[in-house]
Amino acid sequence: MPASLHQSQFRRFAENIGSRFAGGVEAFGYGSVLLVESVFWIFAGCWFQQCVRVRSVVEEMMNIGVRAVPVLAILALANGAMMAMQGIATLRDFGAESQVIAGIALSVTREFGVLITGIVVAGRSGSAIAARIGTMQMAQEIDALRVIGVAPVRYLVSPILIAMLVMMPLLTILANAMAIVGGGIFVIADLQVNFSVYLERVFAALTPGDLVQGLVKSLVFGVLITLVASSNGFSATGGAEGLGRATTRSVVLCIGAIVIADMIFTFFLSR
Amino acid sequence: MSALPKHINRSAVMEVENVSTSYGERRILEDVSLSVSEGEIMVIMGGSGSGKSTLLRCLLGLHHPDTGTIRLFGRDIAELSGREWHKLRTKIGVSFQGGALFNSMSVGDNVCMPLREHTRLDERTIRIISRMKLELVDMAAFAHLMPAQLSGGMTKRTALARAIVMDPNILFFDEPSAGLDPIVAADLDKLILQIRDAMGVTIVVVTHELQSAFAIADRITILDHGHILMTGTIDEVRSSDNQRIRNLLQRSSEQEVIDADEYLRRLTEGED
Amino acid sequence: MTFPIENKQGFSIVSLKGEVDLNNSPEARKVILNCLKKDKHVMVEMSAVDYIDSSGVASLVEGFQYARSNDLDFGLIGVSDAAMNVLRLARLDQVFHIYASLEDCVNRAS
Repeated sequence: MPASLHQSQFRRFAENIGSRFAGGVEAFGYGSVLLVESVFWIFAGCWFQQCVRVRSVVEEMMNIGVRAVPVLAILALANGAMMAMQGIATLRDFGAESQVIAGIALSVTREFGVLITGIVVAGRSGSAIAARIGTMQMAQEIDALRVIGVAPVRYLVSPILIAMLVMMPLLTILANAMAIVGGGIFVIADLQVNFSVYLERVFAALTPGDLVQGLVKSLVFGVLITLVASSNGFSATGGAEGLGRATTRSVVLCIGAIVIADMIFTFFLSR
Repeated sequence: MSALPKHINRSAVMEVENVSTSYGERRILEDVSLSVSEGEIMVIMGGSGSGKSTLLRCLLGLHHPDTGTIRLFGRDIAELSGREWHKLRTKIGVSFQGGALFNSMSVGDNVCMPLREHTRLDERTIRIISRMKLELVDMAAFAHLMPAQLSGGMTKRTALARAIVMDPNILFFDEPSAGLDPIVAADLDKLILQIRDAMGVTIVVVTHELQSAFAIADRITILDHGHILMTGTIDEVRSSDNQRIRNLLQRSSEQEVIDADEYLRRLTEGED
Repeated sequence: MTFPIENKQGFSIVSLKGEVDLNNSPEARKVILNCLKKDKHVMVEMSAVDYIDSSGVASLVEGFQYARSNDLDFGLIGVSDAAMNVLRLARLDQVFHIYASLEDCVNRAS
């Protein structure tokens, strides 16, 4: 008997892995379809008399971008300052404190500016989008859209996608600037350089490629957040509790997707 | 008086032929056929689990049946292209069970929404049309409210206004009286009759409420476990000697009559 | 489809015909409003209307509203049964000035 019990447990375990894997593949497929469909509506919508509305794009830009500015600015500033503190402390042992400026400039533009932007947007909008679409799904509002003759993806997802593609790079530039300023505050105080010298050295260390690297990543993050959050919203079931689950899942998956995508990017770009 | 009122034209607006569908292993609809004539109020009645909600989803094109055809205005809906469906949507009004009003829009904007999406009418014209529809359902004074501020009856009336804003030829109504107190429900039934008489629109109502069904129906289709038990006028349904139908009818006044086989199956089979 | 305008006994008469629906009600609206901008007395002839939808009725409402606020004459003449049913549903039969014919209108005015 114990052997068969063991066997059945093992089987269940294997089945569990299998079904999760299948679920993952399905989610990935769903996300791809969602991407294709929302891009389709952006370009072909007008032909079907279903243009993506400028008004809702602007609204999403406000929600995703403009309203994220205060929190993003503060986090980026703090992040820059931390980098300066750590950098100065570590490099002092080697007597190379002055290199900290180049270090800040490169790591912020290539990596941390965009990463912190991604995480802030994932936290704010990743949950908000999933919650909104999930609520609509449960209240049959999505069905109502369909029977009225409005493609839900066109109405709900395409505007978000456009807004993300516009706002993510802008937010990233903002985060870069704030992080460099935040780092500057400490560098100026600690290394007795003035601000214009600091900025000069920052720009001396940077190439356009560094900035572009961050901006390209920000576009990818924007697409990922849009797809992960909306697909979690569309698949939400099970009342208020299910909505909570979908929202949490959305944020976790958004941040997970961003970090992993970032790692893959960095792996290829830093060779 | 004849069995059917004179405004009913014999030509079929909607035909359902041999529709079957299942979710996974479970059969939801089994060989369902029915036809709805122009100007008629057809009530599809059944308890929970009878498959009536799935049937409605099929009729609305939200769910594709495994087999069988559904024709709206003589056209097989499975064969419609995206654009044709889009056009056909203007002829179909739907009022969902919970209203399904868009929560982020006011009552007025909810009603305007189909017009804004489908037409290029002047904004003033759109406003006037939506106000006329809201007047019709007695909601004009509340156009500025948000859906969250409405009572159940007001939500349903707004949903009805939105459903008829495009002057549809066929109107679908999911559980009009669910969740309403009897007086409000009776008012809504009256309103449905009024709209049919005035607009000549064909109406399909899906409900489990016997009273509401008898109040508005020209014909009733009774659905049970995915099968159609019968389709007929109110009198035909009342005088039916089919035991299952008798059970269904009596349920409203007497306690639930238990189907022994079914009950035993429920107690012993299935997994949790 | 265009809607012809005639002048008779000091009235500009816009004739609506056949089906007035989403496809042509913007046109009807334009014709009616333009007419009201040029003339003080405008009638809409509706005896040949087979069907009028909400957008058509809304256009009439807009015309009537414009006439009211500018102190102009605006009425409907010879409204067909089909159109009358729609007006009655919207309770607009109690709002519009409705005449059996142009003669009826002239007689009542004098």
